Amino acid sequence: MADCERIGRGTHSMDKSITLPPDEIFRNLENAKRFAIDIGGSLTKLAYYSTVQHKVAKVRSFDHSVKETENDPLYEISVQEEITARLHFIKFENAYIETCLDFIKDHLVNTETKVIKATGGGAHKFKDLIEKKIKLKVDKEDEMTCLIKGCNFVLRNIPHEAFVYVKHADSEFRFQNTHPDIFPYLLVNIGSGVSIVKVESEDKFERIGGSSIGGGTFWGLGALLTKTKRFDELLQLASRGQHTSVDMLVKDIYGGSYSYASLGLTGDLIASSFGKSATADKEFSKEDMAKSLLHMISNDIGQLACLYARLHNLTRVYFGGFFIRGHPVTMHTITYSINFFTKGEVQALFLRHEGYLGAIGAFLKGAEEDNPNQYSWGENYAGSSGLMSVSPDLNPMQRARSGTFDMLEMDRLERKLVNLPLLQDPSSYIPDTVDLTEDALSREYWLFCFEEALDGVVKRAVASQPDLPQAVERAEKFRQKYRHKLQTLRQQPFAYGSLTVRSLLDTREHCLNEFNFPDPYSKIKQRENDAALKYFQKAVKSLEKLSWEQRQFALIKGLLAGNVFDWGAKAVSDVLESDPEFGFEEAKRQLQERPWLVDCFDQWIERLKGPPHTCALFFVDNSGIDIILGVFPFVRELLGRGTEVVLASNSGPALNDVTNNELQILTERIAAMDTVIQTAIQEDRLILVQSGSSSPCLDLSRLDKVLATVVRERHTDLVIIEGMGRAIHTNYYAMLTCESLKLAVIKNSWLAERLGGKIFSVVFKYAQPSQNQDGHQ
Amino acid sequence: MELNGYHNEDGAVAETEGEETGALKQSRTSGKETAASFRSGAVMENAAAGASAQSERRASNTITRQRIDSLKKNRPPFPWFGMDIGGTLVKLVYFEPKDITAEEEQEEVENLKSIRRYLTSNVAYGSTGIRDVHLELKDLTLCGRTGNLHFIRFPTQDLPVFLQMGRDKHFSSLHTTLCATGGGAYKFEPDFRMMADLQLLKLDELDCLIRGVLYIDSVVSSGPSECYYFENPTDPERCVQRSYTLENPYPLLLVNIGSGVSILAVYSKDNYKRVTGTSLGGGTFLGLCCLLTGCSTFEEALEMASKGESTRVDKLVRDIYGGDYERFGLPGWAVASSFGNMMCKEKRESISKEDLARATLVSITNNIGSITRMCALNENIERVVFVGNFLRVNTLSMKLLAYAMDYWSKGQLKALFLQHEGYFGAVGALLELLHPS
Repeated sequence: MADCERIGRGTHSMDKSITLPPDEIFRNLENAKRFAIDIGGSLTKLAYYSTVQHKVAKVRSFDHSVKETENDPLYEISVQEEITARLHFIKFENAYIETCLDFIKDHLVNTETKVIKATGGGAHKFKDLIEKKIKLKVDKEDEMTCLIKGCNFVLRNIPHEAFVYVKHADSEFRFQNTHPDIFPYLLVNIGSGVSIVKVESEDKFERIGGSSIGGGTFWGLGALLTKTKRFDELLQLASRGQHTSVDMLVKDIYGGSYSYASLGLTGDLIASSFGKSATADKEFSKEDMAKSLLHMISNDIGQLACLYARLHNLTRVYFGGFFIRGHPVTMHTITYSINFFTKGEVQALFLRHEGYLGAIGAFLKGAEEDNPNQYSWGENYAGSSGLMSVSPDLNPMQRARSGTFDMLEMDRLERKLVNLPLLQDPSSYIPDTVDLTEDALSREYWLFCFEEALDGVVKRAVASQPDLPQAVERAEKFRQKYRHKLQTLRQQPFAYGSLTVRSLLDTREHCLNEFNFPDPYSKIKQRENDAALKYFQKAVKSLEKLSWEQRQFALIKGLLAGNVFDWGAKAVSDVLESDPEFGFEEAKRQLQERPWLVDCFDQWIERLKGPPHTCALFFVDNSGIDIILGVFPFVRELLGRGTEVVLASNSGPALNDVTNNELQILTERIAAMDTVIQTAIQEDRLILVQSGSSSPCLDLSRLDKVLATVVRERHTDLVIIEGMGRAIHTNYYAMLTCESLKLAVIKNSWLAERLGGKIFSVVFKYAQPSQNQDGHQ
Repeated sequence: MELNGYHNEDGAVAETEGEETGALKQSRTSGKETAASFRSGAVMENAAAGASAQSERRASNTITRQRIDSLKKNRPPFPWFGMDIGGTLVKLVYFEPKDITAEEEQEEVENLKSIRRYLTSNVAYGSTGIRDVHLELKDLTLCGRTGNLHFIRFPTQDLPVFLQMGRDKHFSSLHTTLCATGGGAYKFEPDFRMMADLQLLKLDELDCLIRGVLYIDSVVSSGPSECYYFENPTDPERCVQRSYTLENPYPLLLVNIGSGVSILAVYSKDNYKRVTGTSLGGGTFLGLCCLLTGCSTFEEALEMASKGESTRVDKLVRDIYGGDYERFGLPGWAVASSFGNMMCKEKRESISKEDLARATLVSITNNIGSITRMCALNENIERVVFVGNFLRVNTLSMKLLAYAMDYWSKGQLKALFLQHEGYFGAVGALLELLHPS
């Protein structure tokens, strides 16, 4: 809701000398298609939808009937321009609004839109300015409707959007899984007043209550009591104060005895807020009064929220509004209050992008004809600023956001993402094995590890584009950006939700894409695929000579050995670069002898002696030796048993992982020399699907919708997950409703040690649904 | 409380007999209501009616007779006090026997007599002690004795002066049990012992509260009396106070607004639970008013509030939306943000202390109203009784509560009030002395 002071002053005293860093903010403005704006008490949030032109690596098969020379690669790689859709959200102080509008006016060239959707208390005050400056008609949307729409959108599309705040824990932020079903929930919006809204579905919500004692009360009453004008300063005062000198506590009334326990009260409970200030002849410090006021308001809101939650039988309660907006002090007091009043039955949840909800909602209202909800969206880690919150106890001034621009960018994903239908409990599924936000030791290690590997990544990125302009400069920009992200994450591990190895890898991919390095490994993958293909038939023949039992072991060893070729792991990339002769046989010798670190091989063999599986879903990993010499012989064996096989590969490039495009070409080539594969393809018993992901890791709750359909239709009863990224860093504990095989070679000595083994230790984890639990370490 | 009033029955004190303090008098005349003086008349009538009803019952029931006889033997010696020591105020009820026989009179020790005279012949004690004459219950029969019940209050911070008087008057020589409830009964127990050589019988405050409410309601039950409500609370023109008969009171929600607020769900005489409470109570109103306006007493704060305009301080729905917020059925006059206009420097400079006092009163009262309403819904109770000293001479808050209950529940909830507002804990303590449970 509006804050007249800031808006009133803002319109007159806008600083036009502010120069904007155009590289960083308002990106892709020239292609902006649609606008929405949310003008709040002190911050403006601008949303626009734009197309982004960026480079993608494409592979195209050569016509092999014409070219059959020994040295020709099997496919060609080209870098093409692709246009994708992206949502941009920018948050800045109202003082910048005129400068920003001027900037938009100058850069808006290709837009066809005539309208800007607007919401927020300040929308009507800036209506004329907006219409004058950018010649778009301001179309006002209901604030609460926008808020709810935005809330639904982020809850559905951004993993780790919601979190619980725990002040004194190792990690203050406990991020929540995205629930497949986000409804019903309670949204408590604490602006100048409080609105309590029950949301039952996308379109059904109701304001069930509210309170006039809210952020405006804290601010207004606080300003009167302390003569401190700014909201942030009031919060800082409060964080330094002692409320006990102002508040009358239960023990102030009862004295030292514990007799109030029979009333269910504790001595430190506030019996009467400001109860001690009912005197004319005592002075109270600003800090103490601000603290008392903060407690009074937070407790009151928490109590009402609990009463409404109970009455409507809701357990998910999200808090937002400017009173909350990432302020640790208010998140703490609200959390405390909710815990007190519900005895822990209800948790106070907060949202990472809470400040953007109105703008997102207004945008969605305007984009209804494009039906944005039919797509899945993903947070772009490269373009988003992340959670800005820093504990004011540590550094109070760091919170003053003057002059900063906060950004959120979301990419429209080409494919709709859904849960793997075989997840045992989608609502409790957590992809990541280790939460680095909570595990400080691991966090240190991995941040160090990624920083160390940065030089190599930059080198490879440059090498991947020998002919393209400014590769060196762009790679350098990438280095700076990613290093900055790592530094931010060192300070604020929670900036993008739970910090995980996956998020570190994904952030790197996003940053590489940002600077037009869509696939730094394309040439390496091409070379390796070429080399491995030549060895395929020989490898198949040598397997066929073995007895059934020997062959089963050799096949698994092949899968594992293939998996050693993984450029994502530092130890391996060192070896590969220094010793290109490091071959398949060599890799097999490097493997740990049985018994492996996790060794379910005997159970697997027993299972194979039984009836064949109906359909196996195989999440493949690396290009080259891994896919060609490891996976395909294994797939042949499965097909031979009468099991259908679905090979799921990445939609987009990540490290040296084989992409769906590449795999299609490889499969054609293999089919051309292997009748088993060829027949299976013809009979539709072997199919290729894309995972929907462009990550070296795997989130089974965000998979391509087609994959999910195939899995369901084919009655998939075996899921095979291969590689460190997909089976160790993620999904190690994932529980499925069918049999699963998770296999990887630990190519990182630190991680191996953590798991109780050495480098090149083997994890071979086979589990049946009933014994999923026992498979745990 | 300076208890020199006993020796100093000068004109000033004598003249105020039948009235309350100057401040109170002022607020009564300035407030549009003259309910207080009207009320005291009504109480006396009712008290008489109650007493006659009791005597009828007595005559028709020999079993009761016998019980009273046995009570006589067991009843404690005079004086009979009940005390409730709260965070802000000490509430004292005193039973003055009017059926003292000549024989008794002779036996009565001088101490006892002087205490009785001191309490009953004054309406103010020192500078801060006050007897609420209009609440006095006359010709009440308690434990077989007939007399008047007096209601006295003084600030908790003056308790040491009270103890000093007890010591000076050799109160301890009367060997009476002093029944006390409220947090102060625990906190000040050592002071009672050390300063006045008095042993306190400490009682649970919620037990006493409920016992007191039920008792007072029962002794003043046959007329338009103890319990009342506001008719047409949503229409200021037609809003009038009406008496209410609290028959079959259960279940009821009992909201006690003292320094803080306790909300109890009462299902029967012995079956109740504390549902919740809030720290935003009378103490908050007064505390904030003192800080914001420099006032120092509840009466002053109320007086200011009565002259102020809260809409200058609060941000209303119409201030934000230009009118009603129809999407959510919020009327334009509803407060969107208490003190919300005070975010703005210009507005901070344009308001008066009276406006601030009024806004404080309105925020605290409405907040109690909305928490109460939610509790009533959660507990499925339709009748709400508001008690506690925050409501003393505070018609403004009572009407606001009545309005809030009625408006937001669309007429489902009824707000009830009791004449003896803040004294029920003390009455409950007295009853415990006479009829130990």
